[in-house]
Amino acid sequence: MQEKEVFDKIVGIIGPFAKNKESLNNVTNDSNILKDFEVNSSRLVDIILALEDEFDIEISDEEAEKIETIGDATNLIKNKI
Amino acid sequence: MENEVTVSKMAATQEEIKQILEKIPQQKPFRFIEKILELDDNHILSSYRYKKDEYFYEGHFPGNPVTPGVIMIETMAQAGLVALGIYLLMKEGIVSDALMLFSDCEIEFSNMIKPEEQITVYAEKIFFRRGKLKAKVEIRKENGVIAAEGVMSGVLQ
Repeated sequence: MQEKEVFDKIVGIIGPFAKNKESLNNVTNDSNILKDFEVNSSRLVDIILALEDEFDIEISDEEAEKIETIGDATNLIKNKI
Repeated sequence: MENEVTVSKMAATQEEIKQILEKIPQQKPFRFIEKILELDDNHILSSYRYKKDEYFYEGHFPGNPVTPGVIMIETMAQAGLVALGIYLLMKEGIVSDALMLFSDCEIEFSNMIKPEEQITVYAEKIFFRRGKLKAKVEIRKENGVIAAEGVMSGVLQ
């Protein structure tokens, strides 16, 4: 799977949880999931589980804690698929 | 079958249920769980009888008491998030005074609950991970009809 495809799928999964919908129009690898998209921190678990389902991978709690940006998520997933 | 493996769900003991009921922090007049009828790693079934003199009936509504939707949600949360959460922590060997705080829900209401009805709450775990418990929940009237159902989550704080 190409990096762009991984990136787009991640953004698609996070989209419904984002309170700042406008921020979804200008997503970069540096976009911070909690701050830029205004995702409630309690929703991060839902997002991690959705990523696991989408890419058929397992993300440990330690790995999940290191995900702050879209780039973090893309790199982690890219290395697992 | 010779090689068949039987996987049985370990249900909570009566002693564990007693401990959980003691650990649930919500108390009168904001306690809506009396009995835990079934409990294991994946589900809980509890009951509660709304008293005639619950504080909210006086205003909701004067002369026509109906259990508020928010109280029905709280009743489901005390079973499906708080009690089930305490049990899951116990099973992981974690002794904690952390509170399970409500984080989100999507609930649909279909029937009213009147004073003095004995309701049951059934909740089934969807996941319990990184301190977040998400469960499918439903609350049934005394006659067995569903009054509300949906999905809710809580986070350990």
